[in-house]
Amino acid sequence: MAAVQDGQLNLEVEKDIKTEITNDGSGNINASSSSPGSTSSGGKSKSPAGSGEDQQTLLAVLQFLKRNKLTESVDILRREAGLSADADDSPVSESAGAGSGGVPSVGADGGDANSLLSRVSIATPVAPPATAPPKVVAASGGEDQPDVNVVLSAYSQQGDPVLYPLYYNGLKKFIESVLDCHRAELSQVFYPLFVHMYLELVYNNHENEAKQFFEKFSGDQECYYEEDLRILSSMSKKEHMKGNETMLDFRTSKFVLRISRDSYQLLKRHLQERQNNQIWNIIQEHLYIDIFDGMPRSKSQIDAMSGSLAGEGKRDANKAKVFYGLLKEPEIEVPLDDEDEEAENEEGKPKKKKPKKDSMGSKSKKQDPNAPQQTRIPLPELKDSDKLDKIMNMKEATKKIRLGPDNLPSICFYSFLNAYQGLTAVDFTDDSSLIAGGFADSTVRVWSVTPKKLRRVKSAADLSNIDKESDDVLERIMDEKTASESKILYGHSGPVYGISFSPDRNYLLSSSEDGTVRLWSLQTFTCLVGYKGHNYPVWDTQFSPYGYYFISGGHDRVARLWATDHYQPLRMFAGHLADITCTRFHPNSNYVATGSADRTIRLWDVLTGNCVRILTGHKGPIHSLAFSPNGKFMASGATDGRVLLWDVGHGLMVGELKGHTDTIYALKFSRDGEILASGSMDNTVKLWDTLKAFDDVELDDFTAATGHIHLPENSQELLLGTYMTKSTPVIHLHFTRRNLLLAAGAYNP
Amino acid sequence: MAEERRPKQCTVVLPTESMKAMAESIGVGQLQEESCAALSEEVSYRIKDIAQDALKFMHHGKRCKLTTSDIDHALKLKNVEPLYGFQSQEFIPFRFASGGGRELHFYEEKEVDLSDIINTPLPRVPLDVSLKAHWFSIEGVQPAIPENPPPAPKEQQKTESTEPLKAVKPGQEEEGAIQKGQGATSAEAKGKKDGLMRMKPRSTHELSVEQQLYYKEITEACVGSCEAKRAEALQSIATDPGLYQMLPRFSTFISEGVRVNVVQNNLALLIYLMRMVKALMDNPTLYLEKYLHELIPAVVTCIVSKQLCLRPDVDNHWALRDFAARLMAQSCKTFSTTTNNIQSRITKTFTKSWLDDKTQWTTRYGCIAGLSELGPDVIKTLILPRLTVEGARIKAVSDGPVVSNIDKIGADHVQSLLLKHCASVIAKARPLPDNVEQYRADYGYLGPMLCSHVVKARAQAALQAQQVNRTTLTITQPRPTLTVSQSGIGGSGGSRTPSIIKVPSSLTLMSTRPGTPTQPSPPATKYIVMATSSGSSSTQQVITRTSSSVTSTVASATSTLQPLVKLESGGSGGLGGSRPLQKYIVVSLPSSSSLESKSGVLPPSSSASPILLEARIKVDCSDSPGASTQSPH
Repeated sequence: MAAVQDGQLNLEVEKDIKTEITNDGSGNINASSSSPGSTSSGGKSKSPAGSGEDQQTLLAVLQFLKRNKLTESVDILRREAGLSADADDSPVSESAGAGSGGVPSVGADGGDANSLLSRVSIATPVAPPATAPPKVVAASGGEDQPDVNVVLSAYSQQGDPVLYPLYYNGLKKFIESVLDCHRAELSQVFYPLFVHMYLELVYNNHENEAKQFFEKFSGDQECYYEEDLRILSSMSKKEHMKGNETMLDFRTSKFVLRISRDSYQLLKRHLQERQNNQIWNIIQEHLYIDIFDGMPRSKSQIDAMSGSLAGEGKRDANKAKVFYGLLKEPEIEVPLDDEDEEAENEEGKPKKKKPKKDSMGSKSKKQDPNAPQQTRIPLPELKDSDKLDKIMNMKEATKKIRLGPDNLPSICFYSFLNAYQGLTAVDFTDDSSLIAGGFADSTVRVWSVTPKKLRRVKSAADLSNIDKESDDVLERIMDEKTASESKILYGHSGPVYGISFSPDRNYLLSSSEDGTVRLWSLQTFTCLVGYKGHNYPVWDTQFSPYGYYFISGGHDRVARLWATDHYQPLRMFAGHLADITCTRFHPNSNYVATGSADRTIRLWDVLTGNCVRILTGHKGPIHSLAFSPNGKFMASGATDGRVLLWDVGHGLMVGELKGHTDTIYALKFSRDGEILASGSMDNTVKLWDTLKAFDDVELDDFTAATGHIHLPENSQELLLGTYMTKSTPVIHLHFTRRNLLLAAGAYNP
Repeated sequence: MAEERRPKQCTVVLPTESMKAMAESIGVGQLQEESCAALSEEVSYRIKDIAQDALKFMHHGKRCKLTTSDIDHALKLKNVEPLYGFQSQEFIPFRFASGGGRELHFYEEKEVDLSDIINTPLPRVPLDVSLKAHWFSIEGVQPAIPENPPPAPKEQQKTESTEPLKAVKPGQEEEGAIQKGQGATSAEAKGKKDGLMRMKPRSTHELSVEQQLYYKEITEACVGSCEAKRAEALQSIATDPGLYQMLPRFSTFISEGVRVNVVQNNLALLIYLMRMVKALMDNPTLYLEKYLHELIPAVVTCIVSKQLCLRPDVDNHWALRDFAARLMAQSCKTFSTTTNNIQSRITKTFTKSWLDDKTQWTTRYGCIAGLSELGPDVIKTLILPRLTVEGARIKAVSDGPVVSNIDKIGADHVQSLLLKHCASVIAKARPLPDNVEQYRADYGYLGPMLCSHVVKARAQAALQAQQVNRTTLTITQPRPTLTVSQSGIGGSGGSRTPSIIKVPSSLTLMSTRPGTPTQPSPPATKYIVMATSSGSSSTQQVITRTSSSVTSTVASATSTLQPLVKLESGGSGGLGGSRPLQKYIVVSLPSSSSLESKSGVLPPSSSASPILLEARIKVDCSDSPGASTQSPH
């Protein structure tokens, strides 16, 4: 399902999804991502079939509800949709009949999974009106829209299974014989073709042929598809296709290829000459070919961008404007007399302005042209304590060390001892005074790394006794007896995978395998809210840099934006084809980036809920993301051990940092963005020169327009330092306000 | 297209036999072959599916090891009841069984007596998670503190020693740069540069002031009089990561120390030096291969030297020989490669001096100790065939006219050593029953004593097996490994202390061995068989021989023996058994050996190349201790 159209969802849909998910325990998540898409696009769609399809979807939902004995919901839905009781019966059977007619033998199986499959296939045809670009359709010279029935019966059309290898081989021979400049581009077709041909064979019960086909041609595929091939290879029976998420991804989403016009014409001519309908059909139905004018891309250019589960992002998916600038900092009077050392302060004053200007670019009166409007999304008001914190921040910033290739940061390593392999998440507060750790035993622990101990607020009875007018009331409300260096927060019932402090250090978020995100108070050290909605493991969560909002993402492939005072999400970002593995807020809080196991990164607009960037290029699940402090760039790390650098504004890959040998779990830019630190499972911390990396890339108009970028091979030059730990995987990195790098991990004897 | 072929992925399915076995285990008797095949495919697919999900949990748990809880979570994701009872974080012990033409791996679930669990004392509570900070890097430089990995890993030390040209030292680099700057014009400078290129590169070992101080402190403590200080120093040598720069100094210190102290017969110092060698070998961060040419001769000297102490009749130099022999065996195991052939050369050296008739009893003892430490295979091939000869020689000393007390003591020690090491090997190799006469026939004079030792060894092995069975229950309590990790980032800190304590204790233990051999033995008909372990618990058994012929090595059938009483206290009978198999090199025995028929003599080995066999280590065992040694390099 292309993401562009799955956007913000209204609450009704959301409710639907929830009931579905809660009822459909074993069910697959794809239903949730496809049905909202269908509903919303069904609403948008102007095609004459629109209302009919809409109804069809509704009926499918009704049918599902009925089977699960949710009569109340059925009644409500029926009332709202204005359907009569018998109106739902006959068309449902009709549609089921159509489904079984188009998909032979599915109907015979019956059961839950079957209905899911058919529901998905019902939902699918709705997508093309929104996604299928007229260009391709015109080029294909055929029908305006793929016939609904054809897609319905996705793989039911049956060629002679024996011919499949021949077809594939023929195409292979052809592509090997074309000019070098086209070969690399056309070779992209192999993988999706291979997958769909294999699935067709499996679907039509040609088990042995499928196996042979796989054995014969799987070796030809690019090595970065190995993971998916392994999943495919285990699928050898039609029964396996039910509920297999990867399979559903392939069926419901189109594999996107970018091919130059010349290469595409070549391919088309070849296939038409040969009357190779089998392949042509697959290309039409399951592939989305994004044709561009100009030079064909080279092999390295293609390799840099490919690797994701569903091909590259479409070019127009990255066209939307992203306001990557920073918000203007509120003017805060810096009181001169709050420090006893006047002289130092005087001296520090002019300096203070300078780094501020460089780093944030917002101290000046005029608004950054790339920044979103100040009020684009409502942000919480600054409290007095926040202002104090900002002042502290500025003071610290004057003592900040300027980093660079000749001036590397010092690194302080926090090792978690006796964690018995149980440390799963770490976070530091922005002022580096607290560390929180999430553990596999469901606990969350908070440590104070300053001499200031952690104290709890007194109980209500004791609080009523204190003098509220006294100056040190904030001190008095704390219970001295509870002072300790660390506190344990109990509440989750599964490993805690994500953890995040609020910017004001009053709250802590944690997300867990139990499907909840919990908000903890760091005043009382108790749980305040449990945000439910994900129902499946929540892999990551993060507070907005301005507080109040937070984002979470997990196994259900949907990222949710929450506000701390709402128990239901404000936005749901659906579109990823696999688990969302990490979530990060843009520094201006207007955008959210999510990394996924489908090997793509998506950037979502918090205001509209739209997906504004799809970044492909990683060859493994993405486990870390970081925005540069100026909001212009982003870094991402994956299980393949590579760090990729992205230009957020242009939606382009601008760098590739090779060096790690294992999953990168931590990425962090220094406070001024000159240095990127990466921490990995291979027990190393590496420092990279990002200034040079961003300078080396020249962006002319052509590359900016097409996104075809030549990446310089300069990882070794950019690498400033590698530091080995003894036996501690690095899972979190943090730059203090003075640019001291803090690293954390569990010692693993 | 990817060039490299990947392993075939789609063919891995569980065998149908597994399905049958599982069906039987839940009471489904006859399962059709087709059903099995269909089931196994389905099951394989589901297992793969679950494994893939479990991997996600592993990745998000920031681990690189899949645990049972990951599988449980993956099952939960699929709405399947998790598997209970597989909570082990470590290895799940699957047992293998075969029978009836089928092979099975199964998870052994013993019936556990609840009262046993209730009665076992509570295990220690594992330590709580704690946070520790250290400097990982200071302005781009990683400080050399124990929390950080050693500055030069073993691999780097290896490349430095094997390919010194590749290792670029900062000093050398500078030198080259300067030369380049100066000598660009003159041809003479160019020639000089060429000469420099041809010169063997000198590796510089400059020690900082701190390192020099450290070296001084450590060496003084190691040979000083304060035992506590020595333990600390040895521990430092065994664990500190940054010692590689001082390694050449330590190595020279040890080899020179042995050279001097052997001449002066200073037993105590030799022991201290050997303990230093042990500590160096225990240090995991050191690349010792480079210094073996100094260390091995020193160790060998301590094994076979004719005299190691001032009063050989009183001092327990035997313990030093034993200890050094163990060190030697350890270094053979660690360092022997096909190129340096340390083990074969050492074996050859020992064998040669052992076979020499004129060899002193002390050296003889050392050779045998050195050989027997090399493992049961070496004992089997080299020592067992010579037992008869050796027995005759011992008999000659003890039965014959009293030559000297020293010889007598030596012979006694050799005898007990042979008994100790051979008994366990024979117990393993020789089938029951243990017939005294048969033993006498096979092993000559030592036969009867061997027989009793073997009986004892067997009894002990049986006892141990029983104990193992009995103690399996205690394994189910929380693992003691938790306590090891308490010491946290110190790394090997947990295992540190035991290794230190072990060294002196094993030495003292041996020195307190009852000094019975010194007392004059009664007339030739009586022998005292001692349990090898110390203490008063060892029972003595007097064996009286009525008629014995001194000359015959083959036991006569006429000799009547009193039935042997089993010795209760355990010696070190099970020693050989627990040892992992060692590679051994066969060295052919000279044909003069009186035993041709006893399976001992093998054709000259082909594994050791003739050239390397030629190059033997000369160890002067008689005089001038440790003086002339040829390095193995």
